[in-house]
Amino acid sequence: MRNVVAMILAGGQGTRLGVLTEEIAKPAVPFGGKYRIIDFTLSNCVNSGVYKIGVLTQYKPRILNRHIGIGRPWDLDVKDGGVEILPPYQASDENVWYRGTADAVYQNLDFIDQYDPDYVLILSGDHVYAMDYNDLVDFHISKFADGTIACMDVPIIEANRFGIMVTDLENRIIEFQEKPEKPKSTLASLGIYVFKWKFLRKILIEDSKNENSSHDFGKDIIPKIIEENLGNMFAFEFDGYWKDVGTIESYWQSNLELTKPIPPFNLYDPNWKFYTQTEEMPPAFVADKAVVVNSLISEGCEIYGEIENSVIFQGVIVEEGAIVKDSVIMTKCRIGKNTTIEKAVISERATIRNDVTIGIGEEAPNIERPDIYTGGITTIGNDVTIPDGVKIGKNCAVYPRVTEKEFKGITKLESGGVIKRT
Amino acid sequence: MNVLGLILAGARGQMLGPLTIKRASAALPICGKYRAIDFTLSNMVNSGISKVGILTQYNPRSLMDHLGSGKEWNLDRKNGGLFILQPFQSTEKDRLWYRGTADAIFQNMTILRRGRENHVLITSGDHIYKIDFSKVFYEHVRNGADVTIVVKRLDESYDLRQYGIVEIDENNKIVRFEEKPEEPFSNIASLGIYFMNKEFLMELLYANVKDGKYDLVRDIFIPNLGKINFRAYEFKGYWRNIKKSINEYYKVNMDFLKREVREELFYKYGKVYTKLKDLPSPKFTTTAKIKNSIVSDGCIVSGTVEDSILFRNVRVKAGAVVKDSIIMQGCVIEEGARIENAVLDKNVVVRLERDIVGTTQYPAIIEKGAIV
Repeated sequence: MRNVVAMILAGGQGTRLGVLTEEIAKPAVPFGGKYRIIDFTLSNCVNSGVYKIGVLTQYKPRILNRHIGIGRPWDLDVKDGGVEILPPYQASDENVWYRGTADAVYQNLDFIDQYDPDYVLILSGDHVYAMDYNDLVDFHISKFADGTIACMDVPIIEANRFGIMVTDLENRIIEFQEKPEKPKSTLASLGIYVFKWKFLRKILIEDSKNENSSHDFGKDIIPKIIEENLGNMFAFEFDGYWKDVGTIESYWQSNLELTKPIPPFNLYDPNWKFYTQTEEMPPAFVADKAVVVNSLISEGCEIYGEIENSVIFQGVIVEEGAIVKDSVIMTKCRIGKNTTIEKAVISERATIRNDVTIGIGEEAPNIERPDIYTGGITTIGNDVTIPDGVKIGKNCAVYPRVTEKEFKGITKLESGGVIKRT
Repeated sequence: MNVLGLILAGARGQMLGPLTIKRASAALPICGKYRAIDFTLSNMVNSGISKVGILTQYNPRSLMDHLGSGKEWNLDRKNGGLFILQPFQSTEKDRLWYRGTADAIFQNMTILRRGRENHVLITSGDHIYKIDFSKVFYEHVRNGADVTIVVKRLDESYDLRQYGIVEIDENNKIVRFEEKPEEPFSNIASLGIYFMNKEFLMELLYANVKDGKYDLVRDIFIPNLGKINFRAYEFKGYWRNIKKSINEYYKVNMDFLKREVREELFYKYGKVYTKLKDLPSPKFTTTAKIKNSIVSDGCIVSGTVEDSILFRNVRVKAGAVVKDSIIMQGCVIEEGARIENAVLDKNVVVRLERDIVGTTQYPAIIEKGAIV
């Protein structure tokens, strides 16, 4: 590809994922049996021939750093370019943290400048999608644009969750509305941008000096360019699958969609592979008495129980008599004998012992965050141990590293309940 | 561990018929995602050996493709790492094909001479087992042996006449050694794994290979049994040589369906490493019925699969039935087809409603890329 540098914004917590992002950043959240969310953007980059990548981290980056490493699984361990993790750093008189997405890129001007690129892609490490960035950049060049925003047509009722573009017949953006109450169009920004580097560089430097700015691409940079007519901005319409798995419900749903015979998002396309860093594990084993229907089962799994409509990540053991339905079970979980799990998201390395029931009873709003734990889905954090015989309702949340100690005396967690580490 | 590992991977394994037309036996696919050589190579790496030479001869293309730079085994190193030792032509007149195991090592004397290792571990690329070689090493040094041979007491499920049989005394000294005897005198077999002092091996080779003694065991070890201090190291775990017969190859694959075999081979003494393929997790659709089977990444199962091993990227369409079979990478079993007691090599397509049925003793073998 032409001289393009990609900057991947991966510093966000993703607060709406609740306990799933208690200990890791949202781009590091596992997805689809063996991936982490950032794998999709990284794979899109290398599949599009973009080999100069900066990953901007901030919130709890350890797992992300370890996952990306020198980028070997993505063939990013190359001599000229490759992937570089760009954490916030202390400079003589500056604020230490990234103040916003635009500030994060601004503070790494030198990283981009060293490649002297013609174009810069601003991407997010939070999204699940397959996109050939060549199409976006080609469009950008053909329009002699200064900046191009990848957009998607969304249902009008959802339009208030996005940045909305109003365009003319040539796809030139004439108006931009950030999360509007009365959207004038249904063309939503996907948070995927390409800019002429010289153009963006100037804007970022100006923005950094503006004390009224929150230094965010969606809130400050894009509206400013369009309102003050600082450059030619175009909308590139994307018609593939794109999802910001920002809430527990959408996370759960988009995982489960993968199990459909013809899923909306195709992991199995030999021409657009997704790469990831995984532990070496033997192939999955399904035992004599096991039942597996409509599910993904990953390497290292040993299934002795029943699995239905679920995504089971690597190295999970499901013992005899256990039933897992409509659930997402992440890496190295253990599901004990005769345990029943329905409509749950269980994070990495959790141990659910024998005769446990998860997802029973009537739905009730979560007592702590009724806005996060919705849809009747119970969410269990990483490294949790749930002792024998415990019953857990719907919309519950169990924080990471909760063990038998916190469950002492609790045999039933009613719907909407929360257990924290003491 | 200051040891040079050598893996003999030049054999074809004629007994395996169509499966080894296009690959050496060390490159045989096994248990869903592995090649036979992965086990020996992982054993070496897990035991701390960081320099490994692989002696190839019979059609090595598939093997080379698999090994690459040795990255998956952490053997892409500045010091040591993976060395592929192929026969080659040169101006020296004695060169061309390896005429036997001793000749093969002799022709690669440079790797022995140049390294700083004190010991050499000679193994074979087509054996399936997990071992901690450092234990063999300690035993070798403790006994002050010239050669330590790893042996195993074989039960009645092995045909002793197909193995090298030894007799050992109370000090584990090998007192009798015969290759594939008509009438086996004990049930202790040599596993073809030899640990020896490097200098000593070099001396043996210089002294013998020039006289046309090309086979390490038959021409050098056995005739010198009295003169060399041979010790036995008894191995008690799972061990199989898959090149013995198609039936053996089939049975070894099926052994992986047992929990205790998986536990030993996958989780004891470190992991088994293999070439990475970036494929998504296998998917089971609404119509899938699966029992007692191993399923690898990239598979999509809509039919019935029982007591079988599916390699990567296999498609079993709705209404298809696969029983007691080994289905290698990229095979497609179309709607209504029935496969029983069969081994399907890579990329076989079985069309609608076709039957492929073998027996446990004689599994049906379908060649690579065939369309049935």
